[in-house]
Amino acid sequence: MAKKKLGTQTVKFKNPPSIIAGGTIVGPKEGEGPLRDYFDMILVDDTYGEKSWEKAESKMFQDAVNLALKKANLKISEIDYLLGGDLLNQIISANFAARQLNVPHFGLYGACSTMTEGLTLGAMLIDGGYADYIIAATSSHFSTAERQFRYPLEQGIQRPFTSQWTVTGAGATILASTGEGPYITHATTGKVVDLGMKDANNMGAAMAPAAADTIITHFTDTGFTIEDYDLIMTGDMGRVGRDILLELLYKEGYDIESKYKDCGIEIFDESQDVHSGGSGAACSAVVLNGWLLSQIQNGVYKKVLFMATGALLSPTSSQQGESIPGIAHAITISTTL
Amino acid sequence: MERDVKKEQEYKNIAQKYEPKPALLKNVVMAFVVGGLISDIGQFFLNFYLSRGYSMQDANTLVSITMVFLGAFLTGIGVYDDIGKFAGAGSIVPISGFANSIVSPAMEFKREGFVFGAAAKMFTIAGPVIVYGVSTSIIIGSIYYFLK
Repeated sequence: MAKKKLGTQTVKFKNPPSIIAGGTIVGPKEGEGPLRDYFDMILVDDTYGEKSWEKAESKMFQDAVNLALKKANLKISEIDYLLGGDLLNQIISANFAARQLNVPHFGLYGACSTMTEGLTLGAMLIDGGYADYIIAATSSHFSTAERQFRYPLEQGIQRPFTSQWTVTGAGATILASTGEGPYITHATTGKVVDLGMKDANNMGAAMAPAAADTIITHFTDTGFTIEDYDLIMTGDMGRVGRDILLELLYKEGYDIESKYKDCGIEIFDESQDVHSGGSGAACSAVVLNGWLLSQIQNGVYKKVLFMATGALLSPTSSQQGESIPGIAHAITISTTL
Repeated sequence: MERDVKKEQEYKNIAQKYEPKPALLKNVVMAFVVGGLISDIGQFFLNFYLSRGYSMQDANTLVSITMVFLGAFLTGIGVYDDIGKFAGAGSIVPISGFANSIVSPAMEFKREGFVFGAAAKMFTIAGPVIVYGVSTSIIIGSIYYFLK
């Protein structure tokens, strides 16, 4: 029996790693949003002076890592592992950034759930004694995601109200074996759940069952109650996904509404015409490393359940009529042990 | 995981409840107005070319060329997608929308090179329209030929 495991899908860290720094960089639209004061860097131009948006995304990834290193006062050579991913085919943003960063690198793909996937694995590496410092990072870019998953940007079409707006940005978190918190104390790894939703313009509905499954499993495994948390935050459910998730949980006896927020809803204002809200791997990454970490450091929240959510579709699977599998990984961030 | 059809149907019902409905009436009105305005512009050019002494057939061709140019030009300066956002079918259906569907991927994929990028991707959206448009016209033409 695994000593640090709780229940079916959760681990409780024996030596919980500390989050010592977070770096964020966002595009111009995110820089106009309600969380603009919490980002380290806001781009004026979403090509970031590069020839292609893909290059710009990779550069953002790299700079988010560098911003976090600077805050933690660390050099890249002191980092044991980088765990990173993004949404593009063969995760080129993360891999090409790692080419420049010169650090042992695990490439991850969990779609928009990659941020907490990286943090979970990083926390396990540290707790297992395999690393002292790890960086978990993800990026996404509206323009690279649109052209890979949807239509050309200048195509004159209407976006459905259920659709979400991919966040342009990158976020990086540094975890350390020693530190004064906030700590990652628990991690619940999600199962892939698919209830047959096929609309690639309605990711919230595709991901909600996976999100509900992970939250319920987390409470069952740990024995925590909703009252134990100050905040329960998901990655990019959007307005449509939030309503569905709240109903699914309510039916199972969990009324989390008063404690609940979603990064995709918080990052943009409704007037920014993003319809259901923000999405993308960077959505949870920049909100966590920008807004949420500062709220925790300022004592607004003491214990948070943070869960990035991913829709595991590809353009090929969508065209072949496959439904969209969802996944959600949750971590407990706490200021005390 | 086994697929549970009953559970999937139940979930579909829940999910549908929260799906915001498209603003159908507004979309129809906007499509009608903008589509009509685009047609007016076409008519203006038709009258113009006719007044310059072109035959009806030549003037029709010139109008198509003009409208395709305008569609492509507005796509190039980044305006056509803004029109499309509120006009919907009103700006997709006219020939200027066809130009938009060719120019927008061409612009976007020129970074992948002029041959395998711009040229190859140019017809990703317009291609099916051409294939089925031509196929349909052949079938209709054949039927017309034999029935005549």
